[in-house]
Amino acid sequence: MKKYFSFFRLRFVMGLQYRAAAWAGVVTQFVWGVMEILMFRAFYEADPQAFPMSMEATASYIWMQQAFLAFFMVWFMENEIFDAIRSGNVAYELCRPIRIYHMWFARSLANRTSRAVLRCFPILGIAVFLPRPYGLCAPPGWRVFLLYLVSMALGLLVVAAFCMLIYGLTFFTVSPDGLRILFSSAVDFFAGAVIPIPFFPGKLRALMELLPFAAMQNVPLRVYSGDLAGEAAARAIGLQVFWLAVLAAAGEWLFWLGERKALIQGG
Amino acid sequence: MRGKRDSERMPGIRLYFHYIGIHLRSIMQYKASFLMTAVGQFLVSFCVFWELYFMFRRFHEVKGFTYSQVLLCFSVMLLEFSLAEMFARGFDSFSGMVREGTFDRVLVRPRSAVLQVLGSRFELTRIGRILQALVLFVYGVRESGVEWTPARVLTVIFMLLGGTALFCGLFLIYAALCFFTLEGLEFMNVFTDGAREFGKYPLSVYGKRLLQFATCIVPYALVQYYPLLYLLGRVKAPGYIFLPLLAVLFLVPSYLLWRLGVRKYQSSGS
Repeated sequence: MKKYFSFFRLRFVMGLQYRAAAWAGVVTQFVWGVMEILMFRAFYEADPQAFPMSMEATASYIWMQQAFLAFFMVWFMENEIFDAIRSGNVAYELCRPIRIYHMWFARSLANRTSRAVLRCFPILGIAVFLPRPYGLCAPPGWRVFLLYLVSMALGLLVVAAFCMLIYGLTFFTVSPDGLRILFSSAVDFFAGAVIPIPFFPGKLRALMELLPFAAMQNVPLRVYSGDLAGEAAARAIGLQVFWLAVLAAAGEWLFWLGERKALIQGG
Repeated sequence: MRGKRDSERMPGIRLYFHYIGIHLRSIMQYKASFLMTAVGQFLVSFCVFWELYFMFRRFHEVKGFTYSQVLLCFSVMLLEFSLAEMFARGFDSFSGMVREGTFDRVLVRPRSAVLQVLGSRFELTRIGRILQALVLFVYGVRESGVEWTPARVLTVIFMLLGGTALFCGLFLIYAALCFFTLEGLEFMNVFTDGAREFGKYPLSVYGKRLLQFATCIVPYALVQYYPLLYLLGRVKAPGYIFLPLLAVLFLVPSYLLWRLGVRKYQSSGS
């Protein structure tokens, strides 16, 4: 456990070095958030009754999403890992006395966390001061906020576990391009990355909320604003735990298979 | 170099397709990946389309635009973007070329640098995207309920021309900026991917100030909002037909910036 933790720390500190890139990310994410809010405002003005969340909750959803984008976006994967598999450098990793699944998991978490830490504060800082209902609202209470933190951590773990599946599959396809496109488009849709899940019609929404993709950003972002509360929130967080266990188990199994089958290329 | 040798050279456009042919053959080495790319491509368009569809099932109209009208706007914009991406997305990986110093190799070859950079990379996804954009375009045009007159058909053609040029210009600017800085270029995504994402709705949806920006600074509105008004019959002035062509002029400053960058280029790497 200790070696994975120090690996996490190493990667985390390394990730913190990319500050100029982080500023560009902050500006990009901020503009993106403003555009999304303008879009939802237009729909809100068209028919406030048809809005499934309050405008405040929607705005908070968008700002938290933009601030913690690095946590929740499945398409943010590591080229270094893909390159290692493709070039055969993964052989060096296989030689080490570690479980490669755990090491890459720690690495994904570290990279995502360092990116988020560098980017979230300026975005949150500005979003708090935007006029209601377009800014980031305070959570309804400290209990909700605690629940949000738990749910966000779970969401991050689910995302990382899901990405591990893609890395694992790359052992078999070698070229990651197809896998990345296939998954990132589907996940964005089902996770509520573009349009929050409550905006989808009843039956589809009920189905989407059960899928592992809803356990990524949908739960924490809605818990924060109080849109998801009480028993529904408890059930959603339970589902997060369930999917995390399933995805992690599937990932370990896939890596077990992949390491057996891995063809080391190059020399 | 001129004279006889010149006539033996492959013309630029054939060289470009030759480059693409090489990339295609290398992509086909990974069959499973290719298959998933194809399915994934289908899903991408599918998802964006359904998001639009579900939003309109709930809201019916936005800022006076109905579902079919927004669909037309979305499909034209998507085709513009996909066409530009098809030709000019090779600039996307240009930062790598500058960082590693491989741009030197490009400069010593007796062909246009732009052409070589364009041919330096090619993803199959681009063909998938252009196909799906075409399908959506046909669907959008049929569903739009627009009465097609020759003037309106011409407007759509001009929109496609202007929009493609505009996005090519943006990709070119992205590449040109690599000469000055290699960091923080992520911001350019707002202008390219962001425009595709948010350009599915007519720009007036986002409010007056954004419309002003999209008219004067980066002329998205010239290829999207204003000609759309003409297509939908909300304005009658024939001047609107030719507005999208103005956006082609965006290529001039983009190219000048590129030239400036090439002149300033100092090699790095080994």
